[in-house]
Amino acid sequence: MTSAILSVRDLKVHFAVHGPFNRRIGSIKAVDGVSFELMPGEVLGIVGESGCGKSTLGKTIMGIHQPDSGEIWFESQRIDQLASPARRAVRRSLQYAYQDPGASLDPRWKIGSSLHEPLVIHSALDRVAREARIGSILEAVGLPETHLDLYPHEISGGQQRRVGLARILTLHPQVVILDEPTSGLDVSVQATVLALFRDLRAKFHLTYVLISHDLAVIRTMCSRVAVMYLGRIVETGPTDTIFGRPRHPYTRSLLAAIPRIGGARVTKDFWLQGEPPDAANLPSGCRFRTRCPKATDLCAREEPVLSPLQHGSAACHFPD
Amino acid sequence: MTALLSVEELSLGFNTAAGFASVLDRVSLSLERGRVLGLVGESGCGKTTLARAILGVLPRETARITGGRVLFRGRDLLMADQAVVNQTVRGRAITFVPQDPFTSFNPVFTVGEQIMEILKWKSPRAATPPGRRWLPPLVAPYPAERRRADFGAVLELLDAVQLPRPRQLLAKYPHELSGGQRQRLMIAMALLPGPDLVIADEPTTALDVTIQAQILGLIRRLASERNVAVLLTTHDLGAAYEICDAINVMYAGQDVESAPVDRFFAHPAHPYTTKLLASLPREDGTASGIPGEVPVLLAPPGGCRFHPRCERADPACRQTRPPVEAIEPGHWVRCFHPHREPA
Repeated sequence: MTSAILSVRDLKVHFAVHGPFNRRIGSIKAVDGVSFELMPGEVLGIVGESGCGKSTLGKTIMGIHQPDSGEIWFESQRIDQLASPARRAVRRSLQYAYQDPGASLDPRWKIGSSLHEPLVIHSALDRVAREARIGSILEAVGLPETHLDLYPHEISGGQQRRVGLARILTLHPQVVILDEPTSGLDVSVQATVLALFRDLRAKFHLTYVLISHDLAVIRTMCSRVAVMYLGRIVETGPTDTIFGRPRHPYTRSLLAAIPRIGGARVTKDFWLQGEPPDAANLPSGCRFRTRCPKATDLCAREEPVLSPLQHGSAACHFPD
Repeated sequence: MTALLSVEELSLGFNTAAGFASVLDRVSLSLERGRVLGLVGESGCGKTTLARAILGVLPRETARITGGRVLFRGRDLLMADQAVVNQTVRGRAITFVPQDPFTSFNPVFTVGEQIMEILKWKSPRAATPPGRRWLPPLVAPYPAERRRADFGAVLELLDAVQLPRPRQLLAKYPHELSGGQRQRLMIAMALLPGPDLVIADEPTTALDVTIQAQILGLIRRLASERNVAVLLTTHDLGAAYEICDAINVMYAGQDVESAPVDRFFAHPAHPYTTKLLASLPREDGTASGIPGEVPVLLAPPGGCRFHPRCERADPACRQTRPPVEAIEPGHWVRCFHPHREPA
């Protein structure tokens, strides 16, 4: 058994809610006790609806948000409290691909300058060596060299995403966190981008954490899935188990909501009512109980913990 | 029975700094009462432009209609007197559900104020069409009796779109509501004037998958119950499969195929449609994209605009646009080399 390349232990990130006179009147528990381990070479999918804390989790691992408690370990080194010089070394091998590549490229820089920047910061290579490395990476992500002289607005969304990836890959990272890598892309482009992710993973021996709300993407890409609801992982397990035999009622409702072309119409008898509760004012006990058809008094009293089942684990008092 | 709405060979474009962009090229569709028609295509294919052309809200300075007709209840909306269209059709007989429920409300008024504002002008109970004798909005009369009747209709409709505690909800500001609640309100607002046709422009794109399933079910149910025609533009084939009776596919401003929903997914005929369906991620992890890029509409390819990306293309496809060919009743395709079922 190999050891985990990245592990997160009981991570909590709370954002303060301020009232009049800047008085603290509550907090939003964006990430509230999340633990997982990432093995080298695997693709872990983190799925959930908007506001469930999946992007906050990714950004906290990167050090963009400070955790309130909990530990983050990367290659047997604790990284959540590192000072910035040491942090910089970690960032080289742990990279984050932003959700909107168009907004994360500087609009006044040519693509070439954007690709040089990470190498200037993280390596001592001279200009010629940098250009050689950028050239090889551009070829790997399938972009012509002529694109180096273009500005971000001159290329399409799919190409911007490739540039975002190229920017990350020049540093030869080990773990890449992909935040909603296909949002805003049409299906025909999405398929080619997903194929690219698969190729690059094989070529550069990458480990992915793939954050998405799109279950179809998660299913085709990931080996293991964690389902989040309001800051907590409610179910985790191998992809086949999660999609084949979901145990948590929330996972079941998520799967039931995806339209299946050729199958029965899901909108005819979709059973999940209501919307997620306000994140600043969570219900007692289980967070899903306000929408759950199986909720009982026990669910209102006691918050279920993530407990192992036959395959994977689920946080529910009454798993299916 | 004649169609409620039929668009015939509509062509239009926009004057831009770089020249004339031909956004719609001889597009046709027809829609009857109580039916849901899906208008499917990738971003930039002209589906929103078509929806706005039907509604007549294209930017006046830049848009130029170069041909075709938009017949609504047998009358050409493009030729009709725009003042009459404004009073009887736009926002009354044809209403609109916008894509983004987050930016479509005015943030400084409560939702109740905004809904009653619409009904002051567009209530089906208004005896004479308002606006005939122009009065500033502040002094225009809103008789108490009609206001009460309208308010009753609002409460009834909020119940129909499954919004609990409607009175409290109407006193709230838009930022206090979730995306799903706002989209339900938008649907209610679109139905309040008693329309014959609702144009829903990507109504679930901004919503989560569980909320999307609820909203789609709601649109389908209301269309059947109230005998309202719905034109649903979407890029999501799954959403179209859920609630549409028929589907029209557009590519780069041209309509390429139209079929009843079950036939559409079982026997797609146009090469673009088959490739689009093959791009959907499947359970075994395979999905094939479409190589190449969507053409620039400033200088679109001649003939069938899909030919640069199509492996079935021949010189005829580059020269002329294929005519409409009916394969089955209700199923037509514009292609010289469609996929045919083995006989």
